[in-house]
Amino acid sequence: MSSAIESLVNKEYAYGFVTDVETDSIGRGLSEDVIRLISSKKNEPAFMLEWRLKAYRRWLTMKEPHWGNLHYEPIDYQNIIYYSAPKSVKPLQSLDEVDPELLRAYEKLGISLNEQKKLAGVAVDAIFDSVSVGTTMKEELSKYGIVFCSFGEAVQNHPELVERYLGTVVPHSDNFYAALNAAVFSDGSFCYVPKGVKCPMELSTYFRINSADTGQFERTLIIADEGASVSYLEGCTAPRRDTNQLHAAVVELIALDNASVKYSTVQNWYAGDSEGKGGIFNFVTKRGKCAGVNSKISWTQVETGSAITWKYPSVILQGDNSTGEFYSVAVVNNHQQADTGTKMIHIGKNTKSNIVSKGISAGHGNNSYRGQVKILPRATNARNYTQCDSMLIGNQCGAHTFPYIEVQNNTATLEHEASTSKIGEDQIFYCKQRGLSAEHAVSMIVSGFCREVFQNLPMEFAVEAQQLLGITLEGSVG
Amino acid sequence: MLEIRNLHANIGDKEILRGIDLSVQAGEIHAVMGPNGSGKSTLAQVLAGHPAYEVTQGTVLYDGRNLLEMDPEVRAQEGIFLAFQYPIEIPGVTNAYFLRSAYNEIRKAKGMPELDPLEFLDLMEEKTKIVEMDQAMMNRSVNTGFSGGEKKRNEILQMAVLEPRLAILDETDSGLDIDALKVVANGVNALRRPDNATIVVTHYQRLLNYIIPDRVHVLAHGRIVKSGGKELALELEERGYDWIPGAAA
Ligand SMILES: Nc1ncnc2c1ncn2[C@@H]1O[C@H](COP(=O)(O)OP(=O)(O)OP(=O)(O)O)[C@@H](O)[C@H]1O
Ligand SMILES: [Mg+2]
Repeated sequence: MSSAIESLVNKEYAYGFVTDVETDSIGRGLSEDVIRLISSKKNEPAFMLEWRLKAYRRWLTMKEPHWGNLHYEPIDYQNIIYYSAPKSVKPLQSLDEVDPELLRAYEKLGISLNEQKKLAGVAVDAIFDSVSVGTTMKEELSKYGIVFCSFGEAVQNHPELVERYLGTVVPHSDNFYAALNAAVFSDGSFCYVPKGVKCPMELSTYFRINSADTGQFERTLIIADEGASVSYLEGCTAPRRDTNQLHAAVVELIALDNASVKYSTVQNWYAGDSEGKGGIFNFVTKRGKCAGVNSKISWTQVETGSAITWKYPSVILQGDNSTGEFYSVAVVNNHQQADTGTKMIHIGKNTKSNIVSKGISAGHGNNSYRGQVKILPRATNARNYTQCDSMLIGNQCGAHTFPYIEVQNNTATLEHEASTSKIGEDQIFYCKQRGLSAEHAVSMIVSGFCREVFQNLPMEFAVEAQQLLGITLEGSVG
Repeated sequence: MLEIRNLHANIGDKEILRGIDLSVQAGEIHAVMGPNGSGKSTLAQVLAGHPAYEVTQGTVLYDGRNLLEMDPEVRAQEGIFLAFQYPIEIPGVTNAYFLRSAYNEIRKAKGMPELDPLEFLDLMEEKTKIVEMDQAMMNRSVNTGFSGGEKKRNEILQMAVLEPRLAILDETDSGLDIDALKVVANGVNALRRPDNATIVVTHYQRLLNYIIPDRVHVLAHGRIVKSGGKELALELEERGYDWIPGAAA
């Protein structure tokens, strides 16, 4: 690797601080008692506890998956704390009651929960360790009948919606991590957009892991009823610690007839140090179901953090004429590993899916794209377009592509394009010859590479994502 | 303006430049000719500061300062421009954005205010005319999918925008049709001022019908083996290089 690029690729993680708040944690380890305790702490109705226990019993019979192109020490599930909440968070009437220490923590992250200073046009739900500490713009949203709150609140205030949709896209038994999440999840975000309503602002959840040795298990459920539409953004950071922390979230999206859900993620969990010590294990199940006709679900992700990312945001295209999209930028640097991609399951007629994946590998990073496109027998005239590009920065990183294609209806049209390129000394020199610094050059080249994905991010966040990319690859992006 | 003395440069272990002496004054145009592989591009790249080349001996003064100590971007900011023999593609980055970034970076270095996208658009309207380039090219990715001639034209556009003090054109005329050749020549001539200079690397005398050089140099085996006035180019066209002592293969 050229020294210019190398010097760019190393930059401190700016979100590595720890906030000193008193927490209410339970002991390490997992058992039915722990699950009962979590459920009772959250004052849940019986159906929730049953669902959790069902998931737990199922989880006990399951094995940790190892088909990913990932390498790590075994995880000791009995050594994790499954519930940790800032003590000051009791059910809140307003944001004024939020612990100022927490507000400060979020401010440091560049997220203002303070109503006066709220981001224009963005409603935020902030999750600190396992619980939601505050949701902004609630009243504004409720004028439209939109429910946007923490999962816990939704269980209390809208149990019928939760019971009806929970687990309908990612069942409690779906996979090892999803089952674990179903058993122990402590909070998350919930959103319901009623029939015919176009959500007038971006909704956003901000996840923060603070405590040591806790796992973070959130669950997000978003439902767009007939003719509704919503755009949602998720951001994540965690302190710098030298032990690995587990993050096993589940996100379920549901789009009914003519509805659309756009879900964007800017993931920047702590990635570990330059030697590969510490960092978040991000084992996440994200899936959307285009349940209705003409519905649309779109995933956009910018993955720059985590020591390990195992994540395949998927779409089940059940409704006729429904559309699924996946736009992804995954960056690995130092010793980060990412095995990410998507699944598009075509069930309905005339269903369409579009996949654009951009993998960037620097340092000793290892980046794998894993994508499945499945056309079921009833899916006449299904179409898929997949584009999968990798960029290498330096000589010690890796990029791999694992496409799985299964076609059971011969009217399907599938296109697949793939490329691998290298940021060249010559490209950087060309930019420098025009007066640009190496840093600026790399940032420009990488942003150019990711352009199609950034174009799909909501405006406010496209810039943020671009900067984040810059920080992650500093020495290689800006 | 530019004083090159006994310049030696290697790529890997191979010595390519083997003692170049060349002096260029403000207001002058110099043509560098010579057989394939003689080191013309190497000289151009070394002057621009390409990291793959190692200077082993000699000095280069630019306005009396040690050029070889400057980073490539500093050289650019100080007014050195290289039109690449093989312009580089940067997918996904628009020509307009690239050029505006470069322009502003150079302005910043000079302590001048940056131009916003709208002001820059006006400037582009004027400059694209000089090279007779369609404005639509500005929204395409830098050099990506450009034809050979379009790439060369794009180099000249960049030169016209950045207004260098010392421009080095490495075979910018190769692969151009006759009209494009005139466009390139017009670009160079339009830029000509008493305080700047141009080095034109070329294989063809015909470019020198449009860009009249003050001096013509023959580079062979890493040395300048002959220099003369513009008539030398005509003579080379007629007789080739073999008659020149030190140029034979
Ligand atoms: N990266 C490299 N590795 C090894 N040899 C190189 C490299 N770059 C250039 N050379 C060699 O250096 C010599 C000079 O090359 P250079 O490109 O400067 O020639 P030139 O005079 O510009 O030729 P042309 O007229 O064909 O453009 C050639 O023999 C070439 O093969
Ligand atoms: Mg050459």
